[in-house]
Amino acid sequence: MQYLSEYRDADVVGQYLDEIRRTVTRPWTIMEVCGGQTHSLVKNGILQLLPEQVRMVHGPGCPVCVTPLYQIDKAVHLAMEHGAILCSYGDMLRVPGSKMSLLEAKAAGADVRILYSPLEAVKIAQENPSKEVVFFAVGFETTAPANALSVIHAQRAGVKNYSILTSHVLVPPAIEAVMNDEDSHIQGFLAAGHVCAIMGIDEYYPLVEKYNIPVVVTGFEPVDLVQGILMVVRQLEKGEHRLENQYSRVVRPEGNPEAQKVIAKVFEIEDREWRGIGNIPMSGYELRTEFGAYDANKKFSVNIEKVSESSECIAGQVLKGIKKPFECPQFGKKCRPQSPLGAPMVSSEGACAAYYHFSQAMEEV
Amino acid sequence: MITEQKIKMALQCPMPKLDFDIITLGHGSGGLLTNRLLDTGVFDLLKNDLLDERHDGAIFEVEAGQMAFSTDSYVISPVFFPGGNIGELAVNGTVNDLAMCGARAKHLSLAFILEEGLTMREFWDILLGVKYAAEQAGVQIVTGDTKVVERGKGDKIFINTSGIGMLHPKARISKGRVKPGDKIIISGHVATHGMAIMSVRQGLEFETTIVSDSTNLNHTVMGLLDVFGDHIHLLHDPTRGGVATVLNELARDTRLGINLLERGIPVLDEVAGACELLGLDPLYVANEGIFIAIVAAEAADSVLEHLQNDQNGSAAAIMGEVTTEHPRQVLLYSKIGGKRVVNMPVGEQLPRIC
Repeated sequence: MQYLSEYRDADVVGQYLDEIRRTVTRPWTIMEVCGGQTHSLVKNGILQLLPEQVRMVHGPGCPVCVTPLYQIDKAVHLAMEHGAILCSYGDMLRVPGSKMSLLEAKAAGADVRILYSPLEAVKIAQENPSKEVVFFAVGFETTAPANALSVIHAQRAGVKNYSILTSHVLVPPAIEAVMNDEDSHIQGFLAAGHVCAIMGIDEYYPLVEKYNIPVVVTGFEPVDLVQGILMVVRQLEKGEHRLENQYSRVVRPEGNPEAQKVIAKVFEIEDREWRGIGNIPMSGYELRTEFGAYDANKKFSVNIEKVSESSECIAGQVLKGIKKPFECPQFGKKCRPQSPLGAPMVSSEGACAAYYHFSQAMEEV
Repeated sequence: MITEQKIKMALQCPMPKLDFDIITLGHGSGGLLTNRLLDTGVFDLLKNDLLDERHDGAIFEVEAGQMAFSTDSYVISPVFFPGGNIGELAVNGTVNDLAMCGARAKHLSLAFILEEGLTMREFWDILLGVKYAAEQAGVQIVTGDTKVVERGKGDKIFINTSGIGMLHPKARISKGRVKPGDKIIISGHVATHGMAIMSVRQGLEFETTIVSDSTNLNHTVMGLLDVFGDHIHLLHDPTRGGVATVLNELARDTRLGINLLERGIPVLDEVAGACELLGLDPLYVANEGIFIAIVAAEAADSVLEHLQNDQNGSAAAIMGEVTTEHPRQVLLYSKIGGKRVVNMPVGEQLPRIC
């Protein structure tokens, strides 16, 4: 594959790894924020190739993992009780709600559909005028433009039976939450390249200054990751803290202004609850009042009781990088992808699932 | 070439003129309507001496030796996909299951469950798929059944085929014969069929040139057994669950380990690209026209060369080997030199968010 193969070149990866080994003189703890990066680190076996002093911890950047339980319950309820056609990205389907997952709701007769684009959901609404169509709009800043666009499309086309159930979260407030946690030992960050491709990099300067930490905007391919790690390690070793952009082939400093406009038109920033972490101020998108007709939360009166999470699940500590999946007493025992105690074991981007699926050190189960 | 053959067949077997366009419940009643449906040309299309008897079952002579028997049901959606349809799949699938036992399929049964409302045009095209695949594989449809269910109780059409075939005299295929050091050969590109289906599945449609590689593998496998006989320890077609599932089952059942080389796994560029886009791992995607052969180490290079000269094996590659290390686990050595465990999938792979 052109444009990608050069970022998967074993020799180049090897050179960066050698350079990391030459540069590092003491232990450092670095967090990769995005679940896609966690997935790539583990899938390509990069973690075992890094020198011992470089400890990678896995951040909260898995949208499926941080979507609160009651939002999943709400989606299930809309599909089961309101007879809505519930559309969602694929990996949301297997996440257990307090009673069932969307996949189980589908098996029980609900009309649950996997889509790749929310615009497809608007089309389904047009084809099924007598039914309500709800799109489960989860994700970080990356999926927000498409979700916002679906609302604009629906409004322009006069589609009245379409709405979105938003559970949108933002990266910079999550980094703050991680840094503010007194148990956190994070010394540097790999920022999520695709989020920055949309939002630009300006939001990260204040974080670098406030917490005196190096932040390197990083891509997802093996070469990207080892280069990003090297850039963080170099800063740490020199006692510097700067914002750098490893992923400049994709990320422009200003991001994608058109996408930002669409987001700003449809969404406003609100407080948001993160599964496993709790409430983070000004950390999510909600639909603006003028788009209330497309807000599933307002359109349907649904009272969902907040159910507490399994006390055995340490997802919050895993998402904040305080503990590694292996350090959970239930990892691979009671908690497995087929019977997850918490969301990080479900999504392929979740740290626990990534470890379970790909990690060599996994115990025999 | 294949497309030309299919078009030629469609032209030679035009759909008969009928006084009904769609299948209704009555067509499965066993009465007059059923007979009218079958007499429209279904029997003529699949004609052979045994089927022409139109009895409850087929009666035939068998050769001396061992036989293999296999069955499979086909519920694919959508029923028409780039490169084929459910009819071809239903024949090739059972033919290939028998081939994986080391047997050459000879006689097949064919049972339809039709959903009320299926158009006769669609049914005819599926029947043409059956005829085409059966002729290519050299098998006869000797008995069958047709049922119709109410609208909403099926998905256009479900097909079951069962088949029997004579075992190749040199075949000694069994999990028990897999031993450490054996090489694992893959006969072609992985994930092609699964991604062709995915590209036309509602909600996930994307524009692509990926075409299903569904085909019969019996001629290829018989050729392999003719030359290499008991050097072939095991054959498996990695259909549902893909390559990862088959190898995990093998590791579990043999209590041996498996090492895979990511570099050695052939994937078409456009398939790899589509997998990237949807966040799917090609190792877990369903396949049709390929098989995995576990062969004695000393014969591996010759088997590979032989396969690469077969029309179904031009992309064949040695993708790994069996080992006593890490029993019951499948390990993959990534292109950049890292390694990871390849686990059994939990359920169907679901496309990722981002």
